[in-house]
Amino acid sequence: MTPLNRFEIHQPATITEASRMLLEHGEEGGCYAGGTELLLALRHRALQYQHLVDIKVIPGLNSIQAANDWIDIGAACTHRDIERSPLIREKLPVVAEMESHVANVRVRASGTIGGNLCFAEPHSDPATLLLALEAVVRTEGESGARELRVDELINGAYSNSLEPGELLTSIHIPVLLPVQRAAYVKYQIRERPALGLAVVLDTPDGGATISQARIAIGCLCPFPRRSAAAEEMLRGSREEVEALIPQAAEVLADDAELIDDNEGAADYKRHLLGVFLRRAVARALDGA
Amino acid sequence: MTVEFQLNGEPVSVAIEPRHTLAEVLTRKLRLTGTKVSCEAEVCGACTVLVDGLPVSSCTYLAYEARGKNVVTIEGLEDKNGNLHPLQQSFIDEFAFQCGFCTSGMILSAKALLDENPNPTDAEIIDHLDGNICRCTGYLPILKAVRTAATAMENYS
Repeated sequence: MTPLNRFEIHQPATITEASRMLLEHGEEGGCYAGGTELLLALRHRALQYQHLVDIKVIPGLNSIQAANDWIDIGAACTHRDIERSPLIREKLPVVAEMESHVANVRVRASGTIGGNLCFAEPHSDPATLLLALEAVVRTEGESGARELRVDELINGAYSNSLEPGELLTSIHIPVLLPVQRAAYVKYQIRERPALGLAVVLDTPDGGATISQARIAIGCLCPFPRRSAAAEEMLRGSREEVEALIPQAAEVLADDAELIDDNEGAADYKRHLLGVFLRRAVARALDGA
Repeated sequence: MTVEFQLNGEPVSVAIEPRHTLAEVLTRKLRLTGTKVSCEAEVCGACTVLVDGLPVSSCTYLAYEARGKNVVTIEGLEDKNGNLHPLQQSFIDEFAFQCGFCTSGMILSAKALLDENPNPTDAEIIDHLDGNICRCTGYLPILKAVRTAATAMENYS
């Protein structure tokens, strides 16, 4: 077994204390929110922290709350907490469904949503769907509280825009309107997805026409993103939209900086985009 | 630091460093070698143990996290009279292993499923065991063993 380098674990009582601990330890300190990704990075010496701040022990960071038109998920909720939450299953089933297929049962039992987003692993399922749902993450730090869109939080592969000592505390997700249909699809033959694709479609007439579309893609590029040009193409009657899917997929691919990696070559991912954009639209509109 | 937890129904107290994984503590300090470590990346499932009933990858799960919790390893499955758990018996009866390296993890992962969902469909079993890799059996005997154990456990209780 490959041992980890030595570190200390700190247990803050509040977010303010956690923030202070992170500032105190600077480059030598990191947030510990579940460890499913962090511990791998530490094992391979990709990250070297002497101090881990265990934010899971802070009371109140693992609650899930809902109002009529939004859901708030605490940063320390595990993927399993979200997958099994009756509130999320009722109000945002697309999120519960996505969470139920993150990695495997063991990762879902320990990995947290906040850790997943902050770690910004390019193959994150939640980041891509949350971007399409126009979720907002809430943070707290020395200079106060902020609200960031997912594409403001994640600004590169394994990179986030949090300031030193700033913590992600919750994820605020608007519940879909009655006219909105959403789907998340992914394609995976190994341990990490080669493609993640989320659509949110506004259809005022039960699927016959689409008045507005949001599309977010992830895994096949360094961080999840949307394409305004591709979204613009997916408006009109269902027939028109379906006819334009191949072109929209090309636009998505052009905008996305597709990468060659272990999950496949960029031109293969370009092909996948065409296949899975069609499937995502069909799943959103037909529910299958 | 010292962590205290329930291990296979018995309280244990063990001196650890924060960097120690649960797999290291179980196999090296507590000498329970039934837990196997292979990929060290939470992919293969060989090191699966149950913490408060949920499967975790003990290779990448800090022993620190076990404090105050209830840990079950493969050594904790047989009853007080030495009778194998129905899952252990069904894995033998259905030839659900060859080399056996993945078996502890397979059985504990399957136990977590059956404890929560005593009568799973094949699709549910496959979905749940998706993260446990076996390079010998081709998986069908494992699927059959879980089904057999589910039936045995139903009849037993």
